[in-house]
Amino acid sequence: MIEASGLARTFTTRRGTVEAVRGVDLSVAPGEIVGFLGPNGAGKTTTLRMLTTLLAPTAGTATVAGHDLRTDAAGVRRRIGYVAQGGGAAPAVPVGEELDLQARLYGVPDRAARIADLCARLELEGLLDRPAQALSGGQRRRLDIALGLVHRPPLVFLDEPTTGLDPHSRGNLWEHIRRMRDEDGTTVFLTTHYLEEADALCDRILIIDHGRIVAEGTPDELKRRVSGDVVTLELADARPAARPGAPTAAEAGEGPHGQVGGVVRARAALAELPQVREAVVTGSSVRLTVDQGDLALPQVVRALDAAGVELTALRMARPTLDDVFLTITGRSLRDAAA
Amino acid sequence: MDVRRTARETRLLYTRHLRTTLRSKVGVVFGVLQPLLYLLLFGPLLTRLSGVRGFGDHDAWQVFVPGVLVQLVLFSAAYVGFGLIADLRAGVVDRLRVTPVSRVALLLGLVLRDTTVLAVQAVLLLAAGVAMGLRAPAAGLAVGVALVVLLAVGVASLSYLLALVTRREDGFAPLLGAVVLPLMLLSGMLLPMSMAPGWLDVASHFTPFRYVVDAVRAAFVGDYASVTVAEGAAVTAVLVVVSVALGTRRFLRENA
Repeated sequence: MIEASGLARTFTTRRGTVEAVRGVDLSVAPGEIVGFLGPNGAGKTTTLRMLTTLLAPTAGTATVAGHDLRTDAAGVRRRIGYVAQGGGAAPAVPVGEELDLQARLYGVPDRAARIADLCARLELEGLLDRPAQALSGGQRRRLDIALGLVHRPPLVFLDEPTTGLDPHSRGNLWEHIRRMRDEDGTTVFLTTHYLEEADALCDRILIIDHGRIVAEGTPDELKRRVSGDVVTLELADARPAARPGAPTAAEAGEGPHGQVGGVVRARAALAELPQVREAVVTGSSVRLTVDQGDLALPQVVRALDAAGVELTALRMARPTLDDVFLTITGRSLRDAAA
Repeated sequence: MDVRRTARETRLLYTRHLRTTLRSKVGVVFGVLQPLLYLLLFGPLLTRLSGVRGFGDHDAWQVFVPGVLVQLVLFSAAYVGFGLIADLRAGVVDRLRVTPVSRVALLLGLVLRDTTVLAVQAVLLLAAGVAMGLRAPAAGLAVGVALVVLLAVGVASLSYLLALVTRREDGFAPLLGAVVLPLMLLSGMLLPMSMAPGWLDVASHFTPFRYVVDAVRAAFVGDYASVTVAEGAAVTAVLVVVSVALGTRRFLRENA
């Protein structure tokens, strides 16, 4: 549905040129819900505006909904829907008029029926005479989506569809987005900086940072591939403790009396396990990054047991997409987005 | 370009924009208020100037009302860009640009709406002028209104062009202020440039409005077939063609 290669866009400002998007390759199959994830300023909206013909790429090519972006923008426009971040309904115009104009502009046959159907599906019935500015945030967003869907596009672009919505409206909108894929086979390409949104809604995620796609995969794949699971062990024997002025026991490898401490033995045992990628010791707790934690956990316990390391507690956490983002880009998406 | 499709789309957008304007009728009234005030509070002063060197021996209202008409274009059509900036901010412009609608229709739908509003305002203003004492042949009035309406197409297109370039009120407003006032003063709207010292007269010939004001004045005194009217019409026509072309090109450009 989308094939893009080397798509790039630079802006010239008074301070020089800004490379907003530095060569994006992406491919979206029909019927997919693909999430474009990244902090503000990463190039999400710029990429989206290029794919929707609003912004000419400075380099690269793309085929969108079967038409070439550069040579047949009109063909692309007929086959896509676009819902901008801030929506596109004029505040003073009644909902019904907006939908009718949009349907006429696309030459939709049997407009009234199509609008009635959309309104029923997007819970907009009874609002046709109201100006957009009198709608609630959730209604407003559903109107924006209705405007983008009025001509039954096979591909729809949603830019930050749930930003600014309360959790209830957000969940409700996710339902609508899923249904438009499940019932009409619509391909959905959406941007978001909400991890839970990407996780809950998307079949596949592309992560963009500094104008480049830095990772892609299903939410599960990304979590598995990039960071593994996090296992935290609490050791009963936290010896040897560091003595002032002396190298720490962990560094020395031996305790103050030549006796090997629990931490050191634990390290040695864990080093034997290929699933353990990383171990960080803080006091008496050891934080492990392991591949496929659910399978690795019994082996970790067995290995430690064999080495005579006594555990007081054991926790495993599946990584979040935020961990993924942290691993790939070196910063937290939440911080980056703030 | 498919002319019939473009015409249909222009009509759709025109109707939509006109409906939006009619929703806030105050806008139409406020647009005409400033020229009307000039007519009521400044015009009577000129009735004492008849016979002064350079003013000519025509009736003061025949000289002044054409100036106020062109001023209406500057005060009304030049400011239409503010509406587009509001639409840009609301995302309406992007929403329309993503549809397959012809880019010419995007501009013309707006401009024709503005022209309609301006035509109504011009007739209101003429009626007020007649009430104040303007006497002119009906054909002259018609030629005058036609020129002014055509001029509004050009000025409104340029206003939209500037709005699309600046994209924000705080860039658009000062720019407009810097352009509109000198254009108004140099056009000889308030007093005919025939009264001006040589250098000012020369300077005024570099602004398009000078020719239009002179043409409307000539029409009001019945000189339809004069060179002045032909010059005014030619300048207006060139302005319209150039500004609509530039405006459309801007709508075509990626980040308009």
